[in-house]
Amino acid sequence: MGAKVLIVAEHDGAKLNPSIAKSVTCARGIPDAHITIAVCARDAGAVAAQAAQLTGVNQVLKVENPANEHALAAVLAPQVVALAADCTHILGPSTTFGKDLMPRVAALLDTAQISDIMAVESATRFRRPIYAGNAIVTVEIDPARKIVGTVRTASFEAAPTGGSASIEPVSLQVPLPTHTRFISISAAKSDRPDLQTASRVVSGGRALGSADGFKILYSLAAKLGAAVGASRAAVDAGYAPNEMQVGQTGKIIAPELYVAIGISGAIQHLTGIKDARTIVAINKDAEAPIFEVADIGLVGDLFQIVPEIEKLI
Amino acid sequence: MKRILVGIKRVVDYNVRIRVKPDGSGVVTDGVKMSINPFDEIALEEALRIKERGGAEEVVIATIGPADCQAQLRTGLAMGADRALHVQADGVIEPLVAARALLKLIEREQPFLVIVGKQAIDDDNSQTGPMLAALWNRPQVTFASKVELSEGKARITREVDTGLETLEVDLPALVTTDLRLNEPRYVKLPDIMKAKKKPLETLTLASLSVEARQGLKLVKFEPPAQRQKGVRVKDAAELVEALKKKGLL
Repeated sequence: MGAKVLIVAEHDGAKLNPSIAKSVTCARGIPDAHITIAVCARDAGAVAAQAAQLTGVNQVLKVENPANEHALAAVLAPQVVALAADCTHILGPSTTFGKDLMPRVAALLDTAQISDIMAVESATRFRRPIYAGNAIVTVEIDPARKIVGTVRTASFEAAPTGGSASIEPVSLQVPLPTHTRFISISAAKSDRPDLQTASRVVSGGRALGSADGFKILYSLAAKLGAAVGASRAAVDAGYAPNEMQVGQTGKIIAPELYVAIGISGAIQHLTGIKDARTIVAINKDAEAPIFEVADIGLVGDLFQIVPEIEKLI
Repeated sequence: MKRILVGIKRVVDYNVRIRVKPDGSGVVTDGVKMSINPFDEIALEEALRIKERGGAEEVVIATIGPADCQAQLRTGLAMGADRALHVQADGVIEPLVAARALLKLIEREQPFLVIVGKQAIDDDNSQTGPMLAALWNRPQVTFASKVELSEGKARITREVDTGLETLEVDLPALVTTDLRLNEPRYVKLPDIMKAKKKPLETLTLASLSVEARQGLKLVKFEPPAQRQKGVRVKDAAELVEALKKKGLL
């Protein structure tokens, strides 16, 4: 008997989050997986259509309900449990969406969760990072219970489009709580690429000195078509907003090119970038730990070097 | 009594360089510095600030783990917690077991607010908070960066991938903390002395009727793959040249 995998779609009501295409690749690593994507939304049509195009997806379920307008874990969890009745595996991305929702699902199913799956070894055996990526543990889970996991998206390529899964509406008779209410979301509007999926990322640390100091990064990023990230120290200091934080407790990314500017390279930061194809470090401290992981290192004054690079490209 | 319950985990201090044991059976923890999980310290700090503002009357801290955990509970008492509960347990405590134990403590203590860290920096699971909220059948607000309480309700801002989201929840509720919620206070020597006299109650998983089930078998531990040693360039021009050679520009 093959595995039946349910992936919970992350979306903003209009677009499927890129983390889902990566979660599909993870699911395809499970032998003989039949893959279903559940789209819980107010109007699921557009997102479901995008999910149906991902190669390897067999079926897309549309769960439409006004209560699903905003992704609230307490509201979504009982619906996911109902949808997963005949599934062996339930996966979500290891984003703030999945980290919020999936443990709530696991607890309702009375099963352990595997967080941050970075490799699938069999239907019951997975690898995941612990201690900020300083150790990798292989875990084996009892198949007698449903297997709930979150996918470390930086470890998987996006599943290509070109598929044509069937789309089915589902209506669930599950009581939903009203104790949690969405008030607002404040997201800075930006024309830059999304940090989590960008192929190039320029990232700044405390050495930028101020929010103003970050301007030379934005300028370089615009020239490179890159997203902009920041170290925890820079975010804590208020130089950059929280959604730009890269690292153990921020975003884990895997761009083709990562340029760390004025970032010393605390272990908690390095864990967020170690899957980058090429890491460039620019720092005035030749002993900074970032140089231990950098493919190309340049010691010097970033305020001089960064504008020079911009002129040369 | 208006009470806040704070969950605390003893972890390898965040400054310790982690080494995997040569036989792959785990990571080296003998003789390394142990601390309160930093996110749990933020959870306790938030509870103390709420109490100091008059929003709560008592702050109770709880942990599940071996006898050594009492050192971290004493630190929490020195920070300002009123009482500590130690659920004695050895071996691997998975988040679901921790959540079950904390649920029993909630039933006993009847807090209006439960605060825990968003993740522990050892296993990086990020599960216990939402699992506990699910078992408790109450609201959860994860990754909190701002907590405002009013009568029977809380308005909480959370750090999400796209920015800052604000939710309103009915109390009682569970909150998990993110880094920028607050900066925990330093413990002063006289407080360490005072903490020795504060109540610390020891319980066991068995006395709470919680089964120490292990759902995940930890098969083996390995160090991560190391990156190849890189090159140094001397100026911006060389850097741009090197990137072009790699086909990155």
